[in-house]
Amino acid sequence: MPEGSVGLPAGGQKIEARGLTKHFGATRAVDDLSFDVNPGLVTGFIGPNGAGKTTTMRLILGLDGPTCGEVTVGGKRYRELPAPMREVGALLDARATHPHRSAYHHLLALAQSNGIPARRVGEVLGIVGLEAVAARRVGSFSLGMGQRLGIAAALLGDPAVLMFDEPVNGLDPEGIVWIRQLMRDLAADGRTVFVSSHLMSEMSVTADHLIVIGQGKLLRDEGMTEFVESSMQRWVLVRSPQLAELTAELSKAGARVRPGTDHSIEVAGLDSPAIGDLAAASGLTLHELATQHASLEEAFMDLTHDSVDFQVSEPAA
Amino acid sequence: MTATSEISAPGMTGPGYPAASFAEALRSEWTKARTVPSTRWTLITAAVLGIGVGALVSALSAHQYARDTPSARALWDPTSVSGAGLAIAQLAIGVLGIMIITSEYSTGAIRTSLAAVPRRGRFLAAKAAVIVGVTFIAAEIITFTAFFIGQALMSGYAPTASLGQPDVLRALIGCGLYEALIGLLGLALGTLLRHAAGALAVLVALIFVLPAIAAALPSSIEHSVEEFWPTQAGQQVTVVVSAGHSLSAWAGFGVMCLFAAIISAAAFFALNRRDT
Repeated sequence: MPEGSVGLPAGGQKIEARGLTKHFGATRAVDDLSFDVNPGLVTGFIGPNGAGKTTTMRLILGLDGPTCGEVTVGGKRYRELPAPMREVGALLDARATHPHRSAYHHLLALAQSNGIPARRVGEVLGIVGLEAVAARRVGSFSLGMGQRLGIAAALLGDPAVLMFDEPVNGLDPEGIVWIRQLMRDLAADGRTVFVSSHLMSEMSVTADHLIVIGQGKLLRDEGMTEFVESSMQRWVLVRSPQLAELTAELSKAGARVRPGTDHSIEVAGLDSPAIGDLAAASGLTLHELATQHASLEEAFMDLTHDSVDFQVSEPAA
Repeated sequence: MTATSEISAPGMTGPGYPAASFAEALRSEWTKARTVPSTRWTLITAAVLGIGVGALVSALSAHQYARDTPSARALWDPTSVSGAGLAIAQLAIGVLGIMIITSEYSTGAIRTSLAAVPRRGRFLAAKAAVIVGVTFIAAEIITFTAFFIGQALMSGYAPTASLGQPDVLRALIGCGLYEALIGLLGLALGTLLRHAAGALAVLVALIFVLPAIAAALPSSIEHSVEEFWPTQAGQQVTVVVSAGHSLSAWAGFGVMCLFAAIISAAAFFALNRRDT
């Protein structure tokens, strides 16, 4: 990629949330969130449905007012930006457009509102691949086309900060690959890319940094690599006819033990060889000793388990 | 990936770009208004009602004139007879004002709009300027067309009006001013209530229902309601011969302006405080 092709201000623009809180009646949709979203990275914003991701993004855009705390973009509150679309491009609800207006006129009105030249409308339609349907009414668009139109709107002002709320929703596989690459390219340009999802698998292929929330609270704020390392916890499945004695020995050695199914235990904190050696030294019989890996998705579910609004209750066995 | 070079538009970003102002918001709102079919259809409806009903009332009233009593003849106002259709056309005008904002709420486009123009006052003022401008020009076209058709139909059966007679031109321009305020009231009510049906119900109540209820009150109360009720007072600027208890043309129009300003201010405060 050519260096310096974009002319973004040196250092880029940060999104900074400080003690950001939003109550809807008795519900704390966003609860004392503090985080930074930095330029040059794709920052994944992940949490279960209802965790407060969309509300946080609306607070960033000044659509909702915070109950307390504040959030700024490039040091300014959104409502104070002199030409907001030149600094922040946002895809919130792609279908939130007048269904009887053409795609071209929808983008033209947005461009005019921020003094963006009309020729830029044609450019962004080209970037998202909607030139051929520019004159069509937005109401006739498929979900995926609507999503592309929303992305075109976000790119109109060539902004240094981009926010995408669940961008892969409704996109076909080709579209998903396209938007992942687009977000990577935008970040490689030095832009700040903030993207929400409720799918860990999606984040794991696009994000460099993760902000995890549950029930409006910050759960994690760390690099993708650190998150993977800390989350990809290994544990060992152990079967033995002498589980009680083995559990006592393992606990003494500092391992964490929890009961498994069908006369087994799950051991964390000691690896398989150590457990095998310990059993041999104590004269205990082992029937099975197997190292297990938790997937990233499981790690995420584990992390947010306590904060899911609508849990499926497990049927009594 | 070659897309990167296309994404950016060199020279557009950075500290050099101009701040957006009211002019940009106004241009955007004008584009929005002219690119939805509902604007065209409500204006066509207003024109058909305004001109059609005006012609019908002109023809019927002129034929009735010969049998009118002298006291009825004293109140004969050919300018308001030819403009009678505007009494119904104003509903279409009001609907236009309502729809320009409630369609944004019903589709969710309001969030895109307020992200683009986050200053609520500028956003609402741009919408108000567009609706006042569009409804004033449309209403003047309808008014003058209805006037000339109506006078032609009345000619030979009843006294007619011409532009040179006292107050006639003022009344015709006044029709556009009154309709522009109806459009503005529609916008303000639509912004306050966010639903087209609710806003239209309130507008119909203001224009037709509450004055009709007031007519059932004891005459002393009725007369002051007739005099000061904003839409009734505002109509004084549209007539040449005013009946009974009424303010002068411009005083009446001033009362309606004040009322529209109060409702618009309430709409601004609601929009500014509310979550979107």
